[in-house]
Amino acid sequence: MAQLNREEEWAALMRAAIDGDEASYRRLLESLSHSLRAATRRGFAQAGAALNDVEDVVQETLLAIHLKRHTWNSDQPLGPWVRAIARHKLIDALRRRGRRTEVPIEAVLDFLAAEEPRSDLDRQDAARLVNGLRGRQHVIVRAISIEGQSIREVADRMGMNEGAVRVALHRGLKALAAMHREGHEE
Amino acid sequence: MKTDELIAALAADTEAKSRPIASTVWIAAAAGAVVAALIFYFDIGFRPDLSAAIETPRFLFKYVLTLSLLVSAMGLVLHLARPGAVPTAWLMALAVPPALLVLATIVELLVVPASDWSQRLVGSNAFVCLVLIPSLSAVPLIALIFALRQGAPTHPVLAGAAAGLAAAGIGATLYATHCQDDSPLFLLTWYAIAIAIVTLAGAILGQRFLRW
Repeated sequence: MAQLNREEEWAALMRAAIDGDEASYRRLLESLSHSLRAATRRGFAQAGAALNDVEDVVQETLLAIHLKRHTWNSDQPLGPWVRAIARHKLIDALRRRGRRTEVPIEAVLDFLAAEEPRSDLDRQDAARLVNGLRGRQHVIVRAISIEGQSIREVADRMGMNEGAVRVALHRGLKALAAMHREGHEE
Repeated sequence: MKTDELIAALAADTEAKSRPIASTVWIAAAAGAVVAALIFYFDIGFRPDLSAAIETPRFLFKYVLTLSLLVSAMGLVLHLARPGAVPTAWLMALAVPPALLVLATIVELLVVPASDWSQRLVGSNAFVCLVLIPSLSAVPLIALIFALRQGAPTHPVLAGAAAGLAAAGIGATLYATHCQDDSPLFLLTWYAIAIAIVTLAGAILGQRFLRW
């Protein structure tokens, strides 16, 4: 029941986000990140993978949810869509780490319902990825994420218009997603 | 970058307002079909006896076959463009065209004397069929692969193969208007091989380009 309510809340937040409500979107992503962290930790533990880069997978999954959100059909519940993406990314991550992927992933992802309280162990710093970005993308993604600036502040600081900053941010996030994918391929 | 910091960047990225994936897939299929139709019209052309052929059941059956393939494959592509389980209902719908073809072949074998079977099977331009169906399917296939890259297919090889089947549905529908071999025996052999080639190409493209 609690899970159903949560998923309805997620769907409502996503609808608001698609209509441009940034605060709702932030709340959605925060709520999702807790559930994804719990599910990913459990998946890694069951597959016997080291837990120190769980946060990498959480971030990769959040990026995928963000960049692929137009594949969610807003008439449908959000939970199954999130689980499908999380499952895809978890299997991928375990495979890249050379783990068998016959772990009961379905069981793992039921834990999307559970909230994992944040611990310091989870807060790995993945700065290396942002540092892989080049030029303006690097400066802009860094400013908005790590330095917590707004689009307008970045635009003023760099003497760009806001539209150009938005485009560079979007491209930077896409590049970040691609680096997650390629960064682990042996 | 910490996860909270990533979330700040994601929330600020209001640029990500792509159109719904279903529209992207439909636009790709339509654009691919238009290009293929233009190639067909200018480079290949209708069969000379088209007006007479339209009145024969064998000719019309070719469209039943190719269009049912197109519809079921498009249904599958639209579902596989989104993350999630393989839609079994659409996978089963894909069995309809081959089932129709098998039935039509049985009827053909009953109504045509055995001495004519081999001539009907070999047809008059089998090789052309094997070349033109894949050629006409190429642009629709590439367009659909591009569209699927905008999607989030969690079964990339299957999604690519489904795109191949849909593209072959477009290519075969156009080619059927040129081809003068209307026997189900010919379809069961040469159309099926040509469609299989396009499907295989789609699966390979899916494996290569639809990972995310």
